[in-house]
Amino acid sequence: MKTPLDIRVNGEPTQVAAGATLADLIEQLALGCRKIAVAVNRTVIPRSHFAKHSIEAADQIEILEAVGGG
Amino acid sequence: MGESYTLGSHTFQSRLIVGSGKYDSFQTQLDATVASGAEMVTVALRRVDLTAPKSENLLSYVPEGTTILPNTAGCFNVEDAVTTCQLGRELLGHGLVKLEVIGDERTLFPDVPATIEAAKILVEDGFEVLPYITDDPVACQRLAALGCAAVMPLAAPIGSGLGIRNPTNLRIILETVEVPVVVDAGVGTASDAAVAMELGCTAILMNTAIAGAKAPVQMARAMRLGVEAGRLAYESGRISRRLYATASSPLDGLASF
Repeated sequence: MKTPLDIRVNGEPTQVAAGATLADLIEQLALGCRKIAVAVNRTVIPRSHFAKHSIEAADQIEILEAVGGG
Repeated sequence: MGESYTLGSHTFQSRLIVGSGKYDSFQTQLDATVASGAEMVTVALRRVDLTAPKSENLLSYVPEGTTILPNTAGCFNVEDAVTTCQLGRELLGHGLVKLEVIGDERTLFPDVPATIEAAKILVEDGFEVLPYITDDPVACQRLAALGCAAVMPLAAPIGSGLGIRNPTNLRIILETVEVPVVVDAGVGTASDAAVAMELGCTAILMNTAIAGAKAPVQMARAMRLGVEAGRLAYESGRISRRLYATASSPLDGLASF
């Protein structure tokens, strides 16, 4: 059994299984139904790439959505 | 309804663009947006609440067919603003963005050099950039020259409700910039919106003046009417100002008693 990866999601320490993809993380966080946009280490990852984008240890992942603003 | 206008590749009839912030509920925001007649609504991008993945989202409370304009509010540097625009494009599926790079927390005035730098990067990346900027004609000219889809000078500080503080600068911007001029921020009431439109601005963007009113939905309608009245007056060509009276009634045929 490989050790899980320590990452940060929206600034919060989070663990994912070794070899997990962004799609796995989104499922783990139960965000599959939300309209979100994701950046990994400042690079925007299109939704269509979530399933093939592997998460690396120490990744800084930002998951954003639209909120009220002017 | 007057003529339509375009911002980048997007065409609109309504000259009122509204923000979605500061409302006490999603429903009030939706009702106010409908009452405003706006066809474009601005949104901010913020972190998803990981502890409430099933909570409601603003995008369920935007009228069908409305264009959603992501902003870069809260960004104080070029890199954050550019990344936020890229996230907005990914989220909303189009490249029309409201660029704001704030230079000062207290006034929320834009960082002009940083705004220009970010706009250049974004235009080169294919974005249709609507930059929030000071009412500085030279800054507006620079932004227009590098390919922004419009310039959006502030009327007064964001959320201040002070109205059109410098109509003469806006007139210079309108005369010297070839792209649409959208007044962004600072209006307080419907007459402010009318003044902006009477000057010849293409459109006006506001949030607090509606959301912060005691009756936001009613104020949204007042703003709609103010914008329409101002635009109609502009298109009608107002009379010139004179120091002395000119009689409205005929001078001939007066009775002699």
